[in-house]
Amino acid sequence: MTLFFFAYFVCFAGNILMQMKKPRKPLSCTKDTTLSTDQLLELYRFLKLTRMFDEKTVRLKKQSKLTGGVFTSLGQEATAVGTAYALEPQDFIAPLIRDIGACFVKGIEPRTILLQYFGRGTAPSRATDVQFHFADLEKGMVGPISHLGDMIPVMTGILLASRLKNEKRVAVAYVGEGATSTGAFHEGVNFGAVKKLPLITIVENNGYAYSTPTDEQAACEQFVDKALGYGIKGFQVDGNDIVACYETMKKAVDYARNGHGSVLIEVMTYRRKGHAEHDNQSYVPEGEIAWWAEHNDPVTRFERYLAEENLLTEGEMREIETEIKEFLDKEAEWAESEPRPEATEAAMNVFDNTVVRPAYRKSVLDN
Amino acid sequence: MASKKEGSTILEALHAGIREAMTEDERVFIIGEDVGRYGGAFKVTEGLLDEFGKDRVVDTPISEAAIAGAACGAALMGMKPIAEFQFIDFISNGFDILTNYAAKSRYRGCGSIGAVFRGPCGSGVRGGPFHSLNAEAFFLNTAGLKMVEPSTAYDAKGLIRAAIDDPDPVLVFEHKKLYRMPRLRENLPDEAYRVEIGKARVAREGEDLSIITFGAQTLNALDAAERIQEEDGRSVEVIDLRTLAPMDKEAILATVRKTNRVIILHEASITGGIGGEISAIIAEEAFEWLDAPVIRIASIDSPVPFAPDLEDYYLPSLDEIVEGCRKVLKY
Repeated sequence: MTLFFFAYFVCFAGNILMQMKKPRKPLSCTKDTTLSTDQLLELYRFLKLTRMFDEKTVRLKKQSKLTGGVFTSLGQEATAVGTAYALEPQDFIAPLIRDIGACFVKGIEPRTILLQYFGRGTAPSRATDVQFHFADLEKGMVGPISHLGDMIPVMTGILLASRLKNEKRVAVAYVGEGATSTGAFHEGVNFGAVKKLPLITIVENNGYAYSTPTDEQAACEQFVDKALGYGIKGFQVDGNDIVACYETMKKAVDYARNGHGSVLIEVMTYRRKGHAEHDNQSYVPEGEIAWWAEHNDPVTRFERYLAEENLLTEGEMREIETEIKEFLDKEAEWAESEPRPEATEAAMNVFDNTVVRPAYRKSVLDN
Repeated sequence: MASKKEGSTILEALHAGIREAMTEDERVFIIGEDVGRYGGAFKVTEGLLDEFGKDRVVDTPISEAAIAGAACGAALMGMKPIAEFQFIDFISNGFDILTNYAAKSRYRGCGSIGAVFRGPCGSGVRGGPFHSLNAEAFFLNTAGLKMVEPSTAYDAKGLIRAAIDDPDPVLVFEHKKLYRMPRLRENLPDEAYRVEIGKARVAREGEDLSIITFGAQTLNALDAAERIQEEDGRSVEVIDLRTLAPMDKEAILATVRKTNRVIILHEASITGGIGGEISAIIAEEAFEWLDAPVIRIASIDSPVPFAPDLEDYYLPSLDEIVEGCRKVLKY
């Protein structure tokens, strides 16, 4: 594992392209794991589901079936899936746009997110908000907003409440390295630290915040160093190694749940798509994306691991792929067939409508 | 908080309302800077740490975004948080969370935020540009936030209880000049009560002119009404809005229909202030009831200055209000 980390630091320091070389041997995942075979196979399904879900939404976008932006996690799937897999059902997550895999692990159905994407009236947000900007508090998913860093303070409140109720919950706020520059990030992490809350902040260092490279985001050598400043536990992990992500997160979760306080995990990964589908990534040095796709793809690495460990054959992997493809096609077909919202839904639920009437549009003729 | 004097001040009424709610419902808790050990900068929460413990009276670092955000998160979990901003001026540091998270959560299907965000507002205490704010206009254009501001002890206790009960986020603005004003002492009912959010009150009945106002300016309006009665023999009605969002349109329109002449009085700067909104409501829905133009009296368009000479110039004065009444009555 140490070697992997070293390789990553080299990649992220200075000119990323100059340092990128073919690994001496193809990258796999750490063999040091507590996961059972069944769990590893389940992880694989979640990982593939995440990759293929993104591929599906990109296709739907190209077919002009989706109205809003399409955000994918291509290249970062292992981070979301691997870390969320270490959580218990009672734990809460606030995902980032790159963490659709964490939503799946927490039990959110693809069809629910597709309803959101299609803007259907039966979507959890009633089509008032985009993609996975919705909540399922029963499943431990807190509805995120676009303002980066804000979910960290919100998660501290989830944890204050569970402390008052004597519930042993852990809460996870996923952020990108870009969000570490916000005031909300600082206030939230510091507050969690001071109150010794079981808060895990996952900093997904994927190289870019929209077009801004990491070295223009922060002057620190590595984001995990911030943990020291807050007086909390810090971990750094290879975010494209799903097994390592799980194992590191498991340690963090145990630490937090056992009353030791907050944790910051820096996850080293790479964003292979732009900020969203519209982004042509003109700011990315030539060859960089291709290098990551060829040598450090989280799905390829886990497939290599599963083959090395004789857990899945190539044929079995392709069978799983076909199964997921058929499943997602059906989910999308169903979601698309759901009704669009009534226009007047726009006026509902600004407040509790049993107390305050809906914000109906007033006709100019009413006066 | 026991007082030797008769009746409760606004500050004592707020304290009593919060304490009563905390006693009745263990989901209610306080979060803010210096609210526990110190009892709050103005002592609204004094003694509550000893009574309810540090899990229910949470002292925080200087982090308004964390305070506001934590209140939202706890509310999602079914708690009833009361977040304090040490001065309402500092609500700007929690603005993002309030306008983007708290205000939109229910609408987005992400859960209701039944939380109270309270703190001392208002000018006239020589607090300078950063301890004198009236913040309502910042939030008036954000759907999803309720706002209240009491001007009596009775309303202070009733509104804070109603705000704590409310299923949606409520900003409670407490004019610091009124906190301990002896004039506002009054005996409160022994039993718990609420003042309904969204309902204005008639602070003084009148026939000839209405002053629509709230907060500390209610007192200025009442004093002006008294002078007009004594010196001019005309009767002025004073409407204390109490709730700034959602506004009590019915009460506004009712007083216009009754007196046909209106002055809108508020303490924040005039441009883009709440007075413009009230004026527009009257223009759209009660134009034919008016016998005179609607007049706004408010503070000038400057930051709140510190020195008494400057701040008194900044603020609406009693003389200005009296003159305004005469002008509108004569029209």
